[in-house]
Amino acid sequence: MTGLSRDELAQRIASDIPDGAYVNLGIGAPTMVANYLPRDIEIILHTENGLLGMGKAPAPDLVDPDLINAGKQAVTALPGAAFFHHADSFAMMRGGHLDVCVLGAFQVSSTGDLANWSTGAPGAIPAVGGAMDLAIGAKQVFVMTDLLTKSGESKLVERCSYPLTGVGCVSRVYTERAVFNVTPEGFRVRELFDDTTHEELEHLTGLDLGEKA
Amino acid sequence: MIDRTVADVTEAVAGIEDGSTVLVGGFGRAGQPVELIDALIAQGARDLTIVSNNAGNGDVGLAALLALRRVRRVICSFPRQVDSWVFDELYRAGEIELELVPQGNLAERIRAAGAGIGGFFTPTGVGTDLTAGKEERVIDGRRYVLEHPIKADYGLISALRADRWGNLVYRETARNFGPIMATAATTTIVQVDEIVDLGQLDPEAVVTPGIFVDRVVAVGSRPWLEDGRFVGGVDLEGTPLPTQEAS
Repeated sequence: MTGLSRDELAQRIASDIPDGAYVNLGIGAPTMVANYLPRDIEIILHTENGLLGMGKAPAPDLVDPDLINAGKQAVTALPGAAFFHHADSFAMMRGGHLDVCVLGAFQVSSTGDLANWSTGAPGAIPAVGGAMDLAIGAKQVFVMTDLLTKSGESKLVERCSYPLTGVGCVSRVYTERAVFNVTPEGFRVRELFDDTTHEELEHLTGLDLGEKA
Repeated sequence: MIDRTVADVTEAVAGIEDGSTVLVGGFGRAGQPVELIDALIAQGARDLTIVSNNAGNGDVGLAALLALRRVRRVICSFPRQVDSWVFDELYRAGEIELELVPQGNLAERIRAAGAGIGGFFTPTGVGTDLTAGKEERVIDGRRYVLEHPIKADYGLISALRADRWGNLVYRETARNFGPIMATAATTTIVQVDEIVDLGQLDPEAVVTPGIFVDRVVAVGSRPWLEDGRFVGGVDLEGTPLPTQEAS
């Protein structure tokens, strides 16, 4: 495989989160970012079900069923943590108080539209949770995803074909091959990983990525 | 004298009519008022509309109510979970209606109902399938959609402690929807681990003032707590872990 592993990518995203940031990590791969947050700075993790200052998973005999994250897994509360109800929790998102959120994606469009909650497949049971609130509710929305689907199609697209989660909400996309900023001109390459080239990315995505960085 | 305490869960859910809209607290299993739901199952009301973040876990609580075909409609944000087989089956068979609402809009619609707000414009869901057909407005250059309050006949919620006036304190992330749901129901019914004397709850720590609460019932401590202190020794479902041999 060319490019970064999932863990390396999580580490790369973690290194872009500044000291003092309030951060929400979406369910799935984005939660791995928590494993690589630098220890010498203070980053406060938010979970939508009512906790700021979320810590890592407890030891098995210290699991507290009243203390879980958005993925309904057992977590801990760090010294300085705060609990709050759901309307406050989503006010933190909708009100623009979170600095960064990291989400997974099925597709991201060149205008920053995000599709990550439904493939629209017939028979699937729809469930959205906090995805739409998170998508529009952080100062910066980072997407963490593979560049291509399992069948080789680009997840970076001109227009999303899957149902949208949010319109024009994504700031940056981190993939195993490159990091892309969403700009008024479309995707622009911020960083290349491994031996990936600009031309290769244009070939894989089928998108005009502008001048070489 | 104000005394909102009731003797048992049967009395707590008495009078819930067929066709009622019922808010049910909890996020996953945390804060789900399982004892009140069990009492509602025994009480027999049917044709219910349930408003809750999830649509039940495993075979207990909300899932058990659904399994008995007592729920006509669910308003929730995230019905599909690894252990939501009861809802999944009913939904696929077309035997339950679903209104899917983004979680923050669900919370704010409940909050609005409790706060006497007739509707609000939110950016969440703009341009998505979940707000299709709703009134849109551009305010200060940003797109918003109009959402309406969700008012309910009854609210079933869980808290840690109450006094007889109905003041409530919660515990950790089991708080979740409890405080807003308490405000939005005509009759708010609360189960707590214990009812304490007036004055025993620190007024600075009260999250839900008793004005929002109608009935309170004590259901006993959870297995992972001892006198309100966390002692662990359970899994996420609250089931005690196998005891380890002393070494």
